[in-house]
Amino acid sequence: MNAPAKPREKTRFDTIGKPRRRVDGRAKAIGQTRFADDLVLPRMLHAKLLRSPHPHAIVESIDVSRAQAQRGVHLVLTGAEFPVPYGIMPVSQDEHPLARERVRYVGDPVAAVIAVDEQMATEALQLIDVKYRKLPTVASPEEGLAKPEPRIHDYGERGNIHRNQSYEFGDVEEALARSDHVFEDLFFYEGNTHLPMEQQASLASVEGDGKLLLQSSTQNPHYLHRQLARVLQVPAAHVRVIATPNGGGFGGKCDPGNHEFVVAKAALMLGRPVKICLTREEVFYQHRGRHPVLMKVRTGVSNDGRLTAMHLQTLLDGGAYGSHGPASTFYTGVLTPVTYELPRFKFEACRVFTNKPACGPKRGHGTPQPRFGQEVQLDKIAERLKLDPAEMRLRMVTQPDSLTASWLHVGSTGLAECIRKVVEMSGWKERRGKLGAGRGLGLACSTYMCGAGVSIYWNKMPHSAVQILLDRSGQVTVYCGATEIGQGSDDVLAGLVAESLGIDPGWVRCVTGDTGITPIDLGSYSSRVTIMMGNAALQAAGRLRDTLAAAAAEALDTLPDRVIFSQDRVFAAQDAGKTMSFIEAIALAEAKFGTLAAVGSYAPPKPPGRYKGAGVGPSPAYSFSACVVETEVDEHTGWVTVPKIWIAHDIGRALNPVLARGQVIGGVYMGLGEALMEEQAFRRLPPKLSSALVHRNPSMLDYKSLTSLDMPEVEVALIEYPDPNCPYGAKEVGQGPLLPVMPALANAIHDAVGVRIDEIPITPDKVLRALEKKEKGEAPRVGPESFPSVPYPAPTFVLPPWEGGDGNELKGQEGRKAA
Amino acid sequence: MMRMPWFGWQSPATIAEAAKILAGEGPQAMLIAGGTDLVPNMKRRHQTPATLVSLRRVAELRKIANGAGLTLGAGLTLTEIVDSAAVREKYRGFWQAAAQVASPHLRNMGTLGGNLCLDTRCTYYNQSLEWRKAIDYCLKKDGETCWVATASKRCVAVSSTDSAPALISLGAKVKLVSAQGEREVAVADLYKNDGIDYLVRKPEEILTEVVLPDAQGWRSTYWKLRRRGSFDFPVLGVAAAVKLAADGTVEQARLALGAVASRPFLVDKGGEFLKGRKLTDEAIAEAGAIVASRAKPMDNTDLDLYWRKDVVGSFVGHALREIRGDDMRAMRMRIARQAL
Ligand SMILES: Cc1cc2nc3c(=O)[nH]c(=O)nc-3n(C[C@H](O)[C@H](O)[C@H](O)COP(=O)(O)OP(=O)(O)OC[C@H]3O[C@@H](n4cnc5c(N)ncnc54)[C@H](O)[C@@H]3O)c2cc1C
Ligand code: SF4
Repeated sequence: MNAPAKPREKTRFDTIGKPRRRVDGRAKAIGQTRFADDLVLPRMLHAKLLRSPHPHAIVESIDVSRAQAQRGVHLVLTGAEFPVPYGIMPVSQDEHPLARERVRYVGDPVAAVIAVDEQMATEALQLIDVKYRKLPTVASPEEGLAKPEPRIHDYGERGNIHRNQSYEFGDVEEALARSDHVFEDLFFYEGNTHLPMEQQASLASVEGDGKLLLQSSTQNPHYLHRQLARVLQVPAAHVRVIATPNGGGFGGKCDPGNHEFVVAKAALMLGRPVKICLTREEVFYQHRGRHPVLMKVRTGVSNDGRLTAMHLQTLLDGGAYGSHGPASTFYTGVLTPVTYELPRFKFEACRVFTNKPACGPKRGHGTPQPRFGQEVQLDKIAERLKLDPAEMRLRMVTQPDSLTASWLHVGSTGLAECIRKVVEMSGWKERRGKLGAGRGLGLACSTYMCGAGVSIYWNKMPHSAVQILLDRSGQVTVYCGATEIGQGSDDVLAGLVAESLGIDPGWVRCVTGDTGITPIDLGSYSSRVTIMMGNAALQAAGRLRDTLAAAAAEALDTLPDRVIFSQDRVFAAQDAGKTMSFIEAIALAEAKFGTLAAVGSYAPPKPPGRYKGAGVGPSPAYSFSACVVETEVDEHTGWVTVPKIWIAHDIGRALNPVLARGQVIGGVYMGLGEALMEEQAFRRLPPKLSSALVHRNPSMLDYKSLTSLDMPEVEVALIEYPDPNCPYGAKEVGQGPLLPVMPALANAIHDAVGVRIDEIPITPDKVLRALEKKEKGEAPRVGPESFPSVPYPAPTFVLPPWEGGDGNELKGQEGRKAA
Repeated sequence: MMRMPWFGWQSPATIAEAAKILAGEGPQAMLIAGGTDLVPNMKRRHQTPATLVSLRRVAELRKIANGAGLTLGAGLTLTEIVDSAAVREKYRGFWQAAAQVASPHLRNMGTLGGNLCLDTRCTYYNQSLEWRKAIDYCLKKDGETCWVATASKRCVAVSSTDSAPALISLGAKVKLVSAQGEREVAVADLYKNDGIDYLVRKPEEILTEVVLPDAQGWRSTYWKLRRRGSFDFPVLGVAAAVKLAADGTVEQARLALGAVASRPFLVDKGGEFLKGRKLTDEAIAEAGAIVASRAKPMDNTDLDLYWRKDVVGSFVGHALREIRGDDMRAMRMRIARQAL
């Protein structure tokens, strides 16, 4: 196809920005959507996993003979069938679908039964005899640092330290020494889990051509595809992964899961479809959720409330496996400098293995924890310097098109506008301090990436690709590997293509998340889909539009660049009377150029930082949010109520405002749940009597998250400063709006009753304890009391852009002296 | 999903027929009403009855009879109880308790009888078989140690029924029927402070009805503490029923606690203290302290146990203030997250 002169860009939109019912809304509302567990195939068998009852043990032997002999049992699998390890990150290939010689947490899968139905499979699990030799356990990162032996893994930095790193951008100690004030605070953020409504389910089968098909509730069909091929040792081209619509993901379905390999292997061995659906308890074991993080934040501030430098230290409880841990470790610091001007920054992070389910990415991946610390500390700074917390923040927001000390490029930013908006909506200036006893307002801000600048495995290829096929009926079929996890990616895809071609989204059919049919998309994580898939879609649609314009221009007696696509029609720009339908334009173009299809793809721009590790943090764009939380605190009991939340989110452009608001409110919901109650907590029994180390509350009754009755009213403002790197300017909204909620709540509680809870979740007992301390004249604070000595390595030293750096590391002491 | 163990199923149409089946099958049979407690328990292998005797078809158990007081069939669902104008108007505390049980869906299924016979709860016990295997079980089921109080010879699992403390404060009785005959037991005497053997009901007895006495002159209320506005079991239930003279002097008072022991119980001293006094702030505070001293929460349910003990006095205060006639709607909204 030739590419003639570009048709005109529209000045007003038909679809974008208009509230619409999402394209998959009908099917979801009436129960027609087929989630993985809804799928049924003829001759389908069912799998169940036997999981370790021990937190840490050597598997000495497994005898499956009794289970194997049981009526209805077709296959029993153990680790012997799975010699090849896996892991989502190339540097952490430390899991096996079924444990080979060691189990590392209660719930670690050791064997699987495939039987005629789930009942028989469940019963046969009891007949598998496993001999374990128990090992000492590690329950916390502090303990892991103190006890290098026995090692949970035989790789990692040393002992039970999985990752350990240090970066310094400019001489931080020197800047702190020069500062008018230095604030030092400790914070703790408890781990929590994603709690998607849909439990993970997978159905594996062998297709007619002998190739493996896995239909699974996964957020990342592409990475799963790669891992399946490796672990099962079959050519990748013989494996097809279909990501079924996910009933919520939030990061919990990013890692390949043990169950996915097990059913795939079983289907290949048996030649029959094999399905599994995890129980809710098993979802808590699959986990990969928020890391518990202990933080130490030292921040230098000038008298007028500007930041001079920050030294951030984090200690992550990684759980039993690597998972996304290497990335999570970075994310407990790398986005910290994006919100406010920070001349120098030092960031040290350490992730320790423990005998608990592996932590990984959850909405906001690694960043809610340090954001909580930073934003609460800013509130303390404002209090001490007697500054209005909103004003203080407004004065130091990062500027558009600027670099951070760590060489991240901040493009568009609407943070200042977000702050102004929530200040206005909440009546901050008039109401704060005047709400009466026990009531308060708190404010906090945040930022998030619009897609990671670098893929999980190193390569130079596109991150997302879209193929569009035009049919002479007018049907537009859009193919993309992107995965609908409830966030609305299909709707974004249909909306963007429809807008670009000037048609109603109803003409568009999305075929997504199928590695056998669709071009690549890396997956639904890091808030990358709208931007990356969207840019790819606009490129593909633009190419088709050019072709259609070339054909239509002749008939309309105009030039291709004067052809306008709108309202399912094609017009000549200067004369609206000259027009034809979209279908007529297709017919002309198809007659002229042959079958109409186009592809588009997208790779993010190269980041400016050049030091090793500079790949984590860069993004084509950053979203920003500001939030005000109102609280009522009962001074007798510490009971906290949240009557209202205001939030402004800089989304660049809201493609479908209904969807965007839904994401914002959903983020606030999840953030408030984390702030008030969610805890992936563990129990160790008295060591003299037992070696047990178990999840406290692996059920939806006992793991507390907000019910609709606990959810306050949320007032949302979408701030729209279109970002040039993003499709029609649209930035992310899936993760960012969660981030400011937790610190805003902590700050509101302080405003209400004058106590600081430097720890998430903020439960009423902690508030009451702090109130009692206040009563007694002690420091009115509850939070961590100490930070262990962590053997962080010598930092990678990089000069900030304004100190003459070039984005490279300055090696050794000399570099530092040169600075 | 979690799978049920195998079981037989009987579905009698009358109380007499049900009693006969129970007598014949012995303790290996269990009654099932709404199943909202028993079914999850069976999935976790807490109970594995050989036979389930369903009460769903027994029409006699669904009666509501007005007399001097009110008689309620044990088979009424909690939604039916909540929808009853008689309960709502005359027995406010009981109505508030029933309205706060679990969630709307569970109230649609769960019955009054099942609520009173609810198994005791503990975070070491209400777990799957696999989980319990990982702690080598516990005293209440399949094990030797009580992990909550390792020195204890007794299981201290928590009574978690909302309606029982409210019914105790109202002086209600239940009727227990077996093939041998029937008897009446005060709700206050239905329970034992033992997490395993928590009911005086014999396995072959059917709880058929709840009999509420005349409530003329009584005011009652129920304050439930739980983490969320729905779904959660109580971690504290304060029920109060008070008969006031025209000048506001307390003629009789009954204060009962739920979810702070293996049984719901009457705090006699609290009621006695209030008798003859007016509900002044001081009297309320004193009554709160007396009641609080009887609460013995354990570390086997939600929320910090010391905190749960610390707030008992406040909750007694909320209850008594509401009875005094204070406007407690804002506080109720903050705690219950709904108007009650
Ligand atoms: C998520 C969840 C939350 C819950 N929250 C609460 C709560 O907040 N407050 C609360 O009080 N309860 C709560 N429950 C427990 C339960 O739903 C209610 O107590 C309900 O009323 C039980 O009634 P049922 O008919 O379903 O009982 P079933 O499950 O049918 O029976 C429970 C027990 O009572 C016995 N039984 C039933 N009927 C009779 C009878 N007529 N005579 C003798 N024995 C009988 C059964 O044999 C069984 O042992 C909750 C349950 C769940 C699953
Ligand atoms: S109180 Fe003790 S014995 Fe009873 S269920 Fe709990 S752990 Fe088991």
